[in-house]
Amino acid sequence: MPFDLPMFFAFIIAFAILAYVVLDGFDLGVGILFPLLPVGQERDSAINSVAPVWDGNETWLVMGGGGLLAAFPMAYGMILSALYAPIIAMLLALVFRGVAFEFRWRDPRHRPLWDVAFSGGSIVAALAQGITLGALLQGIAVQNRTYAGGWFDWLTPFSLLVGVSLVCGYALLGSTWLVMKSEGSLQERCYRLAFRLAIATIVAMAAVSAATPFLRDAYWLRWFAWPQVLFSAQVPVLVAIVTFVLFWSLRRGHHYTPFLMALAIFGLGLAGLGISLYPYVVPPSVSIWDAAAPHDSLAFMLPGVLVMVPIILAYTGYSYWVFRGKTGHEGYH
Amino acid sequence: MFEAFDAVFLARLQFAFTVSFHFIFPSFSIGLASFLAVLEALWLWTGRSVYLDLFKYWLKIFALAFGMGVVSGIVMSYQFGTNWSVFSDKAGPVIGPLMAYEVLTAFFLEAGFLGVMLFGMNRVGKGLHFTATLAVAVGTFFSAFWILAANSWMQTPAGYAINAGGQFVPADWWAIIFNPSFPYRLVHTVFGAYLTTALVVGAVGAWHLLRGKSAAGGGSEGTRVMFSMAMGMISIVAPLQIFAGDQHGLNTLEHQPVKVMAMEGHFKSYPEGAPLVLFGWPDEAAGKTLFAVEIPKASSLILKHSWDASMKGLDTVDRKEWPPVPVVFWAFRIMVGMGMLMLALAAFSLLARARKRLYDWPLLHRFALAMGPAGFVAVIAGWVTTEVGRQPYTVYGLLRTVDSASALDAPAVGASLVAFVVVYFFAFGAGTYYILKLMAHPPHRGEEGPRRDQPVRAAGLTPAPVVARSLATGKEA
Repeated sequence: MPFDLPMFFAFIIAFAILAYVVLDGFDLGVGILFPLLPVGQERDSAINSVAPVWDGNETWLVMGGGGLLAAFPMAYGMILSALYAPIIAMLLALVFRGVAFEFRWRDPRHRPLWDVAFSGGSIVAALAQGITLGALLQGIAVQNRTYAGGWFDWLTPFSLLVGVSLVCGYALLGSTWLVMKSEGSLQERCYRLAFRLAIATIVAMAAVSAATPFLRDAYWLRWFAWPQVLFSAQVPVLVAIVTFVLFWSLRRGHHYTPFLMALAIFGLGLAGLGISLYPYVVPPSVSIWDAAAPHDSLAFMLPGVLVMVPIILAYTGYSYWVFRGKTGHEGYH
Repeated sequence: MFEAFDAVFLARLQFAFTVSFHFIFPSFSIGLASFLAVLEALWLWTGRSVYLDLFKYWLKIFALAFGMGVVSGIVMSYQFGTNWSVFSDKAGPVIGPLMAYEVLTAFFLEAGFLGVMLFGMNRVGKGLHFTATLAVAVGTFFSAFWILAANSWMQTPAGYAINAGGQFVPADWWAIIFNPSFPYRLVHTVFGAYLTTALVVGAVGAWHLLRGKSAAGGGSEGTRVMFSMAMGMISIVAPLQIFAGDQHGLNTLEHQPVKVMAMEGHFKSYPEGAPLVLFGWPDEAAGKTLFAVEIPKASSLILKHSWDASMKGLDTVDRKEWPPVPVVFWAFRIMVGMGMLMLALAAFSLLARARKRLYDWPLLHRFALAMGPAGFVAVIAGWVTTEVGRQPYTVYGLLRTVDSASALDAPAVGASLVAFVVVYFFAFGAGTYYILKLMAHPPHRGEEGPRRDQPVRAAGLTPAPVVARSLATGKEA
């Protein structure tokens, strides 16, 4: 069997999305939690813990978008025009939030204003990303290679449910990240927050999972048809185990385990998403191979991806290793 | 409230707005990265501390400008899909990979070298730090290379085939990247970026020379050095840029003659030599340029190097193929006008240099100060000339703009356009204000670099400062 380039690039983009969701997820989560933290040292510690890494995290979003355009141009056009409003809202929210990182420090007089921009931008971005995901799952009407639905097709109870779930999930990532990175009063506060957010996330995830198979017969079959059920049933089982470990580690006051378990929950959520969607990139009709760019386009990008992605990963891993440990309110020392 | 507008027009306006805003930051940071590399090289070569002070002074400004370029760039990678989904589908197989390489290049630059450049001074050794600065300068150039290759391909498509789905598919990557207008556009744009930066540096220098005159007389050493360097750069690049622009124009005449007709305001053909229209009002409906001030036959001389060469006008082209003539006509004149003013500034500064009055000729300093934003104006005007001049096509001659858009709804596009305008002015307005605040202080001896203990966002992924610190103190961070 020849090397399946579209499949390879589908994995690369899925990987970029996973990397984006877990990496930017925790720094967006810190922004979502921001209003719950007292002004002063706790807020400064929280924002300093993500300051050195957030823009690298967001580059995965550019990679996901650029990669989708390059490898699956038809899907890129369909998805982005179908999800116009949430995508634009997300982009604008990210602009606000991005500049607030630096401006709140440069301009202490207007710090309250930039704090609102930071947390508001984080919440809107997270909500919009969840809505985007939900709308994609419920399917996109297409005709003649373009989007053929209306302007508010994305707005349904299901997509809003996914939006709220993602806000909860990112806040869970953010709170467990801060548990790992902080000390004293901030850490205690984040233990309490993480416990409640874990409950909220699990409930929301269960609701989304329960609703998904009812969206389309195809999803029902993917999850429950024999013998796939043997494989797909592993996902909820693993989620249950991870959730147990998460609560246990929060009770026991572990520093690292809660964050790692929150990451695992996101990884499993994305695996579940993959089970539902495969082999479609734009459900219910456009598959990975339908949407793929021609072989020559993919082959041209292959060397760049094969060389750069490992370098980027190595570098990212290395810098997280260097920045491990606790952050003070005055930044990394 | 937007029902009265054409949705595609609003989408074009939105793209023009976001791309112009995005373009402002790179056109400054490409030049600034090279300027920083030159400053550091001069410091290493001569050992004069003034170059190091200037390096650190401009490095802080570079960090802010680069950061805003990154944020506005995220928007661009999604703008193609929201409003231009058909274009993305059809042209994606060709321009997508070029843009993917741009992202990978930028990623590499950000991850690998920017942090070392910003925070690594005194920690990684002079040689390695200079290497990082050079890598950043080269990296910004690579970014420009890929994105301009994609843009030029849309202007002068080559090396493609069309498949059954109506998509442009790559046939020859070499021909796609080095398409006919690419080398000219690349040189013209990079020179534009250099001029933009030199004008800003010159204006900041001039400002402090004017202010310092009453106090210490002629400003600090750093102020003088940067003013002199900026004026020197303009004196060299402004004439080169005019030559490069002329060559680019000839290339456009060969491949996109209709664009040149609009730039020149030539509605009718001139079999015996076309006039150069200096000013006028192109009236598209009437098909003529009103109130035209012309130099007879000069256009033929410039474009065909012969007084009597015949030139075709827009009357030889179907109106459906016309770009919006007044926009192209005026944007072109604004760009050329700025270029002429830059040339005048260059000449003035050379005169002042010859008379040894570079630092005490207030008229020159006021002129240089007023010219501070001229580079941005020229770059945007030039961009408008070439992009609006490409209309009514996105892929020139092959894919019409109206056929490129998503199934758009005017209220949605209009509302998002307003949101972009409000957010950009607020966010980037604040950023520009902070940059101006940095510029308001003159460079001084023992200038500090960006502070490593503060969360500067453009620090990116680099662990360099922490690594270096832990090495210096002998313990982990």
